Amino acid sequence: MGRIVLEQVSKSFGDTEVIPPLDLAIEDGEFAVFVGPSGCGKSTLLRLIAGLEDTSGGRILIDGEDATAVPPAKRGLAMVFQSYALYPHMTVRKNIAFPMRMAGIDRAEQDRRIEKAAAALNLTDYLHRRPGQLSGGQRQRVAIGRAIVREPAAFLFDEPLSNLDAALRVGMRLEISELHKRLDTTMIYVTHDQVEAMTMADKIVVLRAGVIEQVGSPLELYKTPRNTFVAGFIGSPKMNLIEGPEAQRHGAHTIGIRPEHIAVSAEGGPWSGVVGVSEHLGSDTFFHIHDTGLGDMITVRADGEVGFRHGDRVSLTPRMDVLHKFDANGLRIA
Amino acid sequence: MARAVTTRRKTINTALAWAIGLLIFFPILWTILTSFKTEGQAIADPPIFFFFDWTLENYAIVQERSNYMRFLWNSVIIAIGSTLLGVAIAIPAAWSMAFVPSKRTKDILLWMLSTKMLPAVGVLYPIYLIFIELGLLDSRAGLVIVLMLINLPIIVWMLYTYFKEIPGEILEAARMDGASLRSEILYVLTPMAIPGIASTVLLNVILAWNEAFWTLNLTAVNAAPLTAFIASYSSPEGLFYAKLSAASTMAIAPILILGWFSQKQLVRGLTFGAVK
Amino acid sequence: MATQHSRSAARAMMAPAVVLLLGWMLIPLGMTLYFSFKKYLPLRGGDLGWVGFENYERFVSSSAFWPSVQATLIIVGGVLAITVTLGILFALLLDQPMWGQGVVRILVIAPFFVMPTVSALVWKNMFMDPNNGLFAHLWRFFGADPVVWLTEAPLFSIVLIVSWQWLPFATLILLTAIQSLDGEQLEAAEMDGAPTIKRFWYIILPHLSRAITIVILIQTIFLLSIFAEIFVTTGGAFGTKTLTYLIYQRVLESQNVGLGSAGGVYAIILANIVAIFLMRIVGKNLDA
Repeated sequence: MGRIVLEQVSKSFGDTEVIPPLDLAIEDGEFAVFVGPSGCGKSTLLRLIAGLEDTSGGRILIDGEDATAVPPAKRGLAMVFQSYALYPHMTVRKNIAFPMRMAGIDRAEQDRRIEKAAAALNLTDYLHRRPGQLSGGQRQRVAIGRAIVREPAAFLFDEPLSNLDAALRVGMRLEISELHKRLDTTMIYVTHDQVEAMTMADKIVVLRAGVIEQVGSPLELYKTPRNTFVAGFIGSPKMNLIEGPEAQRHGAHTIGIRPEHIAVSAEGGPWSGVVGVSEHLGSDTFFHIHDTGLGDMITVRADGEVGFRHGDRVSLTPRMDVLHKFDANGLRIA
Repeated sequence: MARAVTTRRKTINTALAWAIGLLIFFPILWTILTSFKTEGQAIADPPIFFFFDWTLENYAIVQERSNYMRFLWNSVIIAIGSTLLGVAIAIPAAWSMAFVPSKRTKDILLWMLSTKMLPAVGVLYPIYLIFIELGLLDSRAGLVIVLMLINLPIIVWMLYTYFKEIPGEILEAARMDGASLRSEILYVLTPMAIPGIASTVLLNVILAWNEAFWTLNLTAVNAAPLTAFIASYSSPEGLFYAKLSAASTMAIAPILILGWFSQKQLVRGLTFGAVK
Repeated sequence: MATQHSRSAARAMMAPAVVLLLGWMLIPLGMTLYFSFKKYLPLRGGDLGWVGFENYERFVSSSAFWPSVQATLIIVGGVLAITVTLGILFALLLDQPMWGQGVVRILVIAPFFVMPTVSALVWKNMFMDPNNGLFAHLWRFFGADPVVWLTEAPLFSIVLIVSWQWLPFATLILLTAIQSLDGEQLEAAEMDGAPTIKRFWYIILPHLSRAITIVILIQTIFLLSIFAEIFVTTGGAFGTKTLTYLIYQRVLESQNVGLGSAGGVYAIILANIVAIFLMRIVGKNLDA
């Protein structure tokens, strides 16, 4: 079981309020991702849930019980840190055994769980090694193993993949997702990478400056961003946000259109511009179009085969049915 | 910045450095050599450097006459006892300052440092009086306490600088893993800081071993360590250079060896981390 | 990383060290202050009542006071001058490429580990003794009359002994500081055409200034209270009575505790003036 509810939780460091009072519920078995730019308070929020920081106000409920004043050791949560935080003086086996040793679980049961976790995480051959002798990915697995064996009410991940190289990161992302499917335990995952958020989450919590901007499933966030911040943050490349006369023509202060929702052609569209940088990914090509008269540069996604060159004049056709409209405060209209 | 240095220059450097090194080391070398001579050879003019009849006689005589073992034992107990007691008190304090810093941490550290600056002679009589009152005069326990107190600031400081190098996340991980504060310090912090703790112990054993104000003024017979034993040689009769040398060699040899292992930590410890 | 829990635990765990040091500082200090305002002669009547600032006046007006200040200044100043100058030179030399650097380092550092009573006795007898000391042999070899070091040049002799003990400390710290100097800076200066002397004067010396200050401050604090070296060699005779030794004699030898305590208060004030400068430097380093 692991239903985590935050009621009017706030946090200040001295006089600076980093998290104004907020409410949030994470259901049992859910994979929730806190995402936002650095300094948005997502890690602080996770540490409040972990109990590594005191709340300045509000209550934290774990499975209906008030855990606000409970020390981290007694909350029944497991955490995987950005630096993995393995105990360098212990072997992998002892690292994994440590939480069970602290809980006073008997040796036979410890061994059983270690073997099981090691098998699941491909660590069986490394149990006698020390963290210093492992690769980044293996260390990450040990950290996860150490979290699993406690059978916690929920797992907390604090940017666990940011120290890994790109290729490994994709693999670990899949492994963590699979782990979640298998264990069916609540997971809260903090990242600044919206791709991780989109690919892993059941529920994404977008944070900015300690405030929750939107909570929803990846597709909800993609399709109906509540404001310009979420619109710009979710999706890659970023949504084009256009202000000025063109926006007013659609009855909005700002309009947003994703790169994949603009067709590019030699002529015939309502907008036009000059091709600047083209990024060829093979499957797709991203064009950065200048001199459109719409304000900033416009990013457009086209098929990998499309072959406009630097300096070509092109015509752009946005799909009106997926046009996002925002008011002067940046909030979504309708 | 690897750069070829001419062999000529390197040779000159080497010769000069070795000459100076040997000159500085000479008094110690001379003491060690003299300890193996007979008293007659010890004062021979011109002095004899290596070609004398090596003898262990002086060591035997010093042992026999002066109960050397008792002084040695006192030195060992006082140096090691005061250091271990200090470390036991300092580990929790250094943990607090390194991992739960507050606005006052810096002030407390500096204040601790300032107590180290207190001139011993300024408080000699009060300590003397307190020792008489508590029956600690000329007791090993008394010296253990005093030397622990005068070295405590250095111990706290050194441990603090070593603890600062341990990432806080690892201690947080222990906390998340269900460790109590005691387990966190005992099973995670202390084993990780073993090299730092060892250096701290080493340097402070050396400092306590060589301390020569309190050990001279607060002891008489029972608790007198090697510093006092050597001082008792200051007004001897007859030929005694070889015996003085033997006694001196025995007093400095153990600590000289320990000291050579701890040169690096010496800088850190004695400058309170201000020179790295 | 701090919760209410860990903060209160931190306070509790800091308490023993803080309380012990506070007691170690305040109780003797308070007693010294108390005695300094009393006429207190343990062997001649004990506590003879309050005397105000009389002890303070008597301590500075006694005939032994100014000579002791002079002796203290000569010893501290002499040792500082010798150890810092030679320390810089040795550190520069040891930083150069050579064979057997590690062994030389060990040779140079060794005197620091010799207990003060041993070094004082070895120097006094085996080197400075006018009959059998090595210096006497050396003087005679050149046909000169041996010097009776500890009576004819007592302060110089003590400065020599103490410098020998502290030179390793200065050398080691300055060497550590030199080694932290960025090699590229020196190479840049060399490219700019600065000759060796100028590179030393404009780059190395400024880089060392902080380490030199620290060496001076720490040594000053320790040198102000040297005791065993004087106790063993001259026993305070022949003008080698430093402030520390004078206070020691007042308290333990002549058992005039009031007078000695007043002297102790002066010593504490003096040490604190030096300590304040040291703590400023160390404190700045803490922020970094």
